[in-house]
Amino acid sequence: MKRLLHTLYGEPWWHLAALLASFALCGYALARLLSGDWWGVVQWAVGAAVVHDLVAVPLYGGADWLLHRAVRAGRPRSAAPVAVVNHIRVPAFVSLMLLLVYWPSITEDSGAQYRHATLLDPGVFRTRWLVVTGVLFALSGLHLTWRFRRDRSHPAD
Amino acid sequence: MNAPLARRRSPWRSPLRGPWLTSVLGAVLLVGIPVLFVTGLLSYAAYNPGLSAVNDKTPDKGLLGFYLFSWPTHPYWLYRLTQGVHVTLGIALVPVLLAKLWSVVPKLFTLPPVRSAGHALERLSLLLLVGGGLFEFTTGILNVQLDYVFPGSFYPLHFYGGWVFAGAVLAHVCLKLPTAVRALRSRDLRAELRTPTARTRPETGDTTGLVASDPAEPTISRRGALGMVGLGSLTLLLVTAGQSIGGPLRRTALLAPHGRSPGTGPGGFPVNKTAAGSHIRPQDVGTGWRLTVDGGAGTVQLTLDDLRQLPLHRAVLPIACVEGWSTGDQHWEGVRLRDLAALAGHEADPPGVFVESVQRTGSFRAVALSAGQVRDGRSLLALRVNGADLTHDHGYPARVIVPGAPGVMNTKWVGRLTFGATGFPEHA
Repeated sequence: MKRLLHTLYGEPWWHLAALLASFALCGYALARLLSGDWWGVVQWAVGAAVVHDLVAVPLYGGADWLLHRAVRAGRPRSAAPVAVVNHIRVPAFVSLMLLLVYWPSITEDSGAQYRHATLLDPGVFRTRWLVVTGVLFALSGLHLTWRFRRDRSHPAD
Repeated sequence: MNAPLARRRSPWRSPLRGPWLTSVLGAVLLVGIPVLFVTGLLSYAAYNPGLSAVNDKTPDKGLLGFYLFSWPTHPYWLYRLTQGVHVTLGIALVPVLLAKLWSVVPKLFTLPPVRSAGHALERLSLLLLVGGGLFEFTTGILNVQLDYVFPGSFYPLHFYGGWVFAGAVLAHVCLKLPTAVRALRSRDLRAELRTPTARTRPETGDTTGLVASDPAEPTISRRGALGMVGLGSLTLLLVTAGQSIGGPLRRTALLAPHGRSPGTGPGGFPVNKTAAGSHIRPQDVGTGWRLTVDGGAGTVQLTLDDLRQLPLHRAVLPIACVEGWSTGDQHWEGVRLRDLAALAGHEADPPGVFVESVQRTGSFRAVALSAGQVRDGRSLLALRVNGADLTHDHGYPARVIVPGAPGVMNTKWVGRLTFGATGFPEHA
């Protein structure tokens, strides 16, 4: 019996049991989730996965690769360019995370609705994001300068 | 060991990818996602959906509402805490979620795409996991920024989507937990946190296929990568949490929607539904305003002055929104709901109340409150806040304030209270 399942299914029995239990719950909820604008929901859920995997990942991977090329600029591998890359990479990553999460606020996508509901000015978020980004890059740059100075006065090897 | 020359170079060359890194990120999510799920379920319970159709935005929930219970009024800060955690933690987990997806992305492109029937089912489950997870995070993040671009009403989308995601997470944990535990034991976290880039090597003994077959030279250590993700989460936390903590820390929530107060003075605390936005006309809340109190056996009409003559009580309570932001404790003054029930004939053991706003359209212009909520002495029909009359945007002339209830349950511009009812009265 076990061998038959393995031949037909390719995985142990508990693998099938776990997935069937999960599909039962997901199916029950999905039937309700899709009872309205089902096509819209499918587009959003599948679209999010596709956009993430096929657009976002290649995009940020490619940007990271270009950053390396630009910083290294044909020089042989050494610790210094890698440090420069990371001191750009880290603040850029944090800044992009803020942009991603707060995209509707920063782009004022829902600015009118926001002002209407909260009585607050929707125009401040772009400036704030730019300032936070500037501070992140400035701190990173200062840290890098400090590291280079330290390494010059106490060469590691 | 030389790879055969004919083999195509994989584009996935990061030497950091491997079961250990994926499992560390997975372990963080394994703690965080259940907290999001439970606080999310609690938020639904906080609306007391079983009381009335107007409280329930997902009436076809079926078995998914199995856990519902009457939402308590103690402690009064309960919803402020659970919903603040739900939204703030969700936002702070975004970098971890994306890092986790980055760490496993080569698996998406493995060949052959399907090895067996079991593998096909597992990949289908992963589509529910990734699609469901991104859907939940996206709809939540858009909703707290009032950007209602998603396909339908937020409540059913986020509630049912949450259950789909939970179902997929359960399967994923069942199938991957043994691998993850083995992977976490394969490397010493403390040693890893002391390893610089120069000494970073790909993970060894991989059976999961996550480790690059042709790894590039490391450009960041595992310590550095985890630190970067952590810094992303910490920064998001710092620019968000203040809107739920309030006080002087509110201003630290630089990017959060409610990181500022709209004004100063007694009514200067944040608001999310204004008089103008709710189409409240001056004549609706002017001198002609009357509060109708109905107890089933007859109605009483009260002017604002009549209300002011009744015994006034104080309650110190916050406003806590489903969007995660909240105000600090405000000093409310008004007539106790149970005193109004007594006025309508329910001297002892008052029932729940159906509260209607003079607002004529829009979601939550009427809500049903439970008997427990009415009986709590801190539940008021408030006329004043922080020593002054309510402002128009905070519900002048009278609004409900109930300890522990979500913001929208605290109806503003109240026009009618019907004790013992759970729906709109039948109009002849």
